[in-house]
Amino acid sequence: MSDTWRYVGTRLLHAIPVVFGVTVATFLLLHLIPGDPARQLVGLHASPAAVATVNRRLGLDGSLLSQFRDFLSRLLHGDTGTSFFYGVSTRSLIVSRLPVTAALVALAALFCVVITLPLAIIAAVQKDRLTDHAIRVIPLVGLGMPAFWIGILFILIFSVKLPWFPVGGWGISYSDHLRALILPALTAALGIIPLLIRSLRAGALDVFNADFIATARAKGLREGRVLFLHVTRNALIPTVALLGLNIAYLIGSTVIVERVFDLNGLGSLLLEAVGNRDFPVVEGVTLVFAVAVVLVNLGTDLVTAQLDPRIRLR
Amino acid sequence: MKLPAATPSAQPIAESAGRHRSIARRAFGSRTFVAGLCIVGCITMLAVLAPVISRYGPNQQNPFHTLEGPSAAHWLGTDDLGRDVWSRVLYAGRTDLFIGFAAVLFPLIFGTLLGIMVGYFGGRFDTFTMRLVDVIIAFPFFVLVIALVFIIGPGIRGIFIAIALTDWVVYTRIIRSQTLVVRELDWVAAARAGGLSHARVLRRHILPNTIPQAIVYVMSDIVYVLLAVVTLGYLGLGIQPPTPDWGSMISEGQSFLTTNLWLSTIPGVPIVLIGLGLSLCADGLTDVLRPP
Repeated sequence: MSDTWRYVGTRLLHAIPVVFGVTVATFLLLHLIPGDPARQLVGLHASPAAVATVNRRLGLDGSLLSQFRDFLSRLLHGDTGTSFFYGVSTRSLIVSRLPVTAALVALAALFCVVITLPLAIIAAVQKDRLTDHAIRVIPLVGLGMPAFWIGILFILIFSVKLPWFPVGGWGISYSDHLRALILPALTAALGIIPLLIRSLRAGALDVFNADFIATARAKGLREGRVLFLHVTRNALIPTVALLGLNIAYLIGSTVIVERVFDLNGLGSLLLEAVGNRDFPVVEGVTLVFAVAVVLVNLGTDLVTAQLDPRIRLR
Repeated sequence: MKLPAATPSAQPIAESAGRHRSIARRAFGSRTFVAGLCIVGCITMLAVLAPVISRYGPNQQNPFHTLEGPSAAHWLGTDDLGRDVWSRVLYAGRTDLFIGFAAVLFPLIFGTLLGIMVGYFGGRFDTFTMRLVDVIIAFPFFVLVIALVFIIGPGIRGIFIAIALTDWVVYTRIIRSQTLVVRELDWVAAARAGGLSHARVLRRHILPNTIPQAIVYVMSDIVYVLLAVVTLGYLGLGIQPPTPDWGSMISEGQSFLTTNLWLSTIPGVPIVLIGLGLSLCADGLTDVLRPP
């Protein structure tokens, strides 16, 4: 038990500098812009007074250090600035859009696990047979598929030709939401499934050759039980770990998926803000995305440690 | 910028730079590698020869032949402005493939050199670099690239700068972990003990044994960069119209999805084929590099 808590503690301590670094990076990203964001915002022919006003509102007057101090103290009070375009706090915008993206990422992560794990195990069981070769084609073809293109194909097949899912939008009831999320989540998941299958097939083969599998069979356990209890559990660990490693990519692809399927999540908020040159919103959303990645990484580390005691003791 | 499972190989790949020629020869002996190279080569040739092959300019409009299906005159039909889709797909390949191949060069070189340096010398420089890598990796790739392109401005310049700033981290991570393994091998210690300078050990012993990992990754990386380019194009933040680009072609075609599905599906095919070709190359190369 104490090992577990020590592990949680060290991982938390590792996450703190990363969160701080991410905050600094986001700040620098928008405050070290070559050129003048205020000028870009009000246009070339605006009066110097107008530019100065916008600079003040952006918090771009004063030295870089004092700007950073302001930025940090606002952040600690939970204030990420006021949107230029909507005139409301960026926090309220982010909070209202967060549930869609969070649900999308969660469902996509679930799809990743439930699609990859069986395929990897089947490929490993059927090594060098036809099924194995068929499954090994997926990573090859899937690697170069742009998420938006897969999304369009899905819409074409499952929404236009076969009216199973809505073409886009979010719906009203919870069942609407779930139906609306299935195609987008599958699209986002397909971005990293090829990578997961490739690594996990190798991982599952290693598990098959492990001594404890031979022991389990020697004990007289049925093959199904060996597969389910021993192989699956041990293959699940690298799946979750590798998924955690790539969660940033998955979260990032929601930006594209939300655009394709017309979902009002954080990703579409980011794209709207980019279109409106709404600096505070771009800054806030970028920060939320990066912090979310750090937190999810922390979460997956803790889950893998729970599945595999050896990790905790390292 | 997807992250592969970190598995630095403990086996020395080549003891001296001279072995590289044999690695290249063995790569051409691998059927997987050659098949991949053929696919990539064919598509690249088609793109390079676009002005010779295509019978129309990429932006040549024809108001009398809009949204036509495939015909002898227009192999893949025409779009809503009467532009020939086959010509546009070829010309788009010139831009997209050029960026895909060129934009990875800086990350490859910079990330690899930084990786062997921090891995070999360690210390505070290493700690600082790896913290920076952690921070950049924490940003979702597309979010960071979109934010950067937003700041720098859309177009080819913005894409190049955004990729250069973000993509080196993966090379640094891969090469650093491989360097940590190679550094501890006896013959590296022997080389140092024999009086070779750090610079010579790095150049003659560490680099040749780590760079194959970077070369394998660069194959996938070209695909990721290509995906980033077409994705930015799709979002309207990449290559600006009227210059053809696979991403913006798919985006333009989406309005005609129910009536002319070719418009948005066809430009995706070369992207998938390039991805397939480069994956095969990477697989073939990995097999060749794997110690027997």
